Amino acid sequence: MSTLLEVSGVSVTFDGFRAINNLSIQIGEPELRAVIGPNGAGKTTFMDIITGKTKPDEGRVLWGEKNLSLLGMSESQIARQGIGRKFQKPTVFEDQTVRENLAMALRNPRGPFEVLFYRKTAEGAAKIAEIAAEIGLTDALPRRAGDLSHGQKQWLEIGMLLAQDPRLLLVDEPAAGMTPAEREHTTDLLKRAAQTRAVVVVEHDMEFVRRLGCKVTVLHEGSVLAEGSLDHVTANKDVIDVYLGR
Amino acid sequence: MVRRRSFIAQNPSVLWFLLVLALFTLVVTLMSESVGSGLISTSFVKTLGKTLCLCLVAIAMDVVWGYCGILSLGHFAFFGLGGYAIGMWLMYARTEIIVTASLTNAAIPPTPQEVSDAIATQIFGVVGASEFPMIWAFADSLALQLIMVVLIPGLLALIFGGLAFRSRVTGVYLSILTQAMTLALSLYLFQNDSGLRGNNGLSGLQNIPGFRGTPQAEISLWFFWASALALALGYVLFAWIVSGKMGSVIRAIRDDEARVRFLGYHVESYKLFVFTLTAIIAAIAGALYYPQAGIINPAEVAPIASIYLAVWVAIGGRGRLYGAVIGAVFVSLLSSWFTGGGAPNIDLGVYTIQWTDWWLVLLGLSFVAVTLFFPKGIGGLFDYLVRKQP
Ligand SMILES: Nc1ncnc2c1ncn2[C@@H]1O[C@H](COP(=O)(O)OP(=O)(O)OP(=O)(O)O)[C@@H](O)[C@H]1O
Ligand SMILES: [Mg+2]
Repeated sequence: MSTLLEVSGVSVTFDGFRAINNLSIQIGEPELRAVIGPNGAGKTTFMDIITGKTKPDEGRVLWGEKNLSLLGMSESQIARQGIGRKFQKPTVFEDQTVRENLAMALRNPRGPFEVLFYRKTAEGAAKIAEIAAEIGLTDALPRRAGDLSHGQKQWLEIGMLLAQDPRLLLVDEPAAGMTPAEREHTTDLLKRAAQTRAVVVVEHDMEFVRRLGCKVTVLHEGSVLAEGSLDHVTANKDVIDVYLGR
Repeated sequence: MVRRRSFIAQNPSVLWFLLVLALFTLVVTLMSESVGSGLISTSFVKTLGKTLCLCLVAIAMDVVWGYCGILSLGHFAFFGLGGYAIGMWLMYARTEIIVTASLTNAAIPPTPQEVSDAIATQIFGVVGASEFPMIWAFADSLALQLIMVVLIPGLLALIFGGLAFRSRVTGVYLSILTQAMTLALSLYLFQNDSGLRGNNGLSGLQNIPGFRGTPQAEISLWFFWASALALALGYVLFAWIVSGKMGSVIRAIRDDEARVRFLGYHVESYKLFVFTLTAIIAAIAGALYYPQAGIINPAEVAPIASIYLAVWVAIGGRGRLYGAVIGAVFVSLLSSWFTGGGAPNIDLGVYTIQWTDWWLVLLGLSFVAVTLFFPKGIGGLFDYLVRKQP
């Protein structure tokens, strides 16, 4: 397992409030990593920094074999590097069909002229069909994404993430609004994806994290409080005090 | 398995639109003074031809606003620039013919410089100048000036849009910026030393050089046909763009541009593409419009003109091309009916409603009403009717 992403010494301040404080995390490839922590710990902000939505005040974010800095890149450049993201609040294009949503995410050239002259291909259609089957939305392909249930929108967004075929998947609270059976399916999906890529999952549900069975990073007040197996971190006294013991 | 159905088969509304347009063109032709029964006067043929050009700029507006979510309040500036670009050649070439005709009778044959000076004096006499400004360098060539029709507005849109989008100016701030652009342009054109005859504008554009013997009835019909063809081509082009993956991406940008960025699309390039392409189409529409109008002056590119354009699209129903066409036809024809004294004044006893004054108030109220109660505009009715059928 080689290091794919290295975040080191990163800090972010919002109006004098330090949301991320000297945070350092390394993610390997392939790897499945769970990030947990109380509300406001900075989990989403951590993803914002990696994807270029938020620029940190200090620190480094290095990517890939060549140790490229992600800090100078725009959101779309970072995404084209192979970093995909699922948002905490499902954000799909509600006015478009499930198929259109997936087609837009499919890994294809992203330039305006390439898109303008893009013709549907058999591989593209097969890939969409495969992903739709995986996320249980085969019958919903021609439906408007806005008409899906909350759980289905979560699925669609996970599907869009898979369609991008990224090297690093950042998944913010994927199981919110899902039934236990759907949660189980989501864990399987993420575990399978993590066999060949890096997957970082933020989740509050401990059962879900346990089923992922991976290394866990506990965030608190913008920095790493503990790191290790779930059993290891849940035995940590600091973690019990700030998170579990409440 | 992919089924590649033809573009028209996937978009039956395009076929319907082309059929209606062809039928309309045929009927107008058969009723014109030139080749038909004469039931439609030449001036009305011109009005209809101009309306087709307004439809073309309206669908461009619909693509940039209704589909891509950029509320540009400056697209009429591009329309006007197209008109000015073609107007320069029309004025130059026509004056050249007149000047050379009068100078051939002179005892000594005139030098090219004398001819040029005489043309310049003719054109710029009204603003007290007698020399050609730099920007008229290509005015003697139709081909070059036609390139200018596309190039000047295209470059302006590219530079303006490039700066605005790169700074991520969006929403109402972008609208204000586009208004500032068209205001600056019209103020510049109002100046006598702008090189475009100040507030006199360019006139006599209905006289096509080399066609002195051709009656206006016939010329008007040619322009009407050209406008119909341009509208048909523009409609097919835009329908093709918005129906494919491009359409999917630009609608996504309209709905949530930040999310589109995280999918790896460089949003600014897409906006710039749409902004510039629609500006060029607007300019082509303007180049066809003003020879039918006969005159263009700086008032044509006043900021309010671009706002009207947005009003047409809103009333017609944005996010659907035929909606923009309906809006442009409906509002512009209604407008000329009201302002042309077609609508009878209403005597309320204490006050008489004169429609020439009150039409704008009515238009403003309908705009508010449409925005509040029928966000899909008149075009939304079609959805309703089509969905009613099994
Ligand atoms: N753009 C912003 N402006 C100001 N404050 C912000 C901004 N984004 C986040 N914060 C603050 O930073 C802190 C960390 O927020 P973040 O969303 O990263 O927490 P989280 O760990 O994802 O929490 P949750 O579990 O509730 O999703 C919070 O206190 C939040 O209010
Ligand atoms: Mg969060």
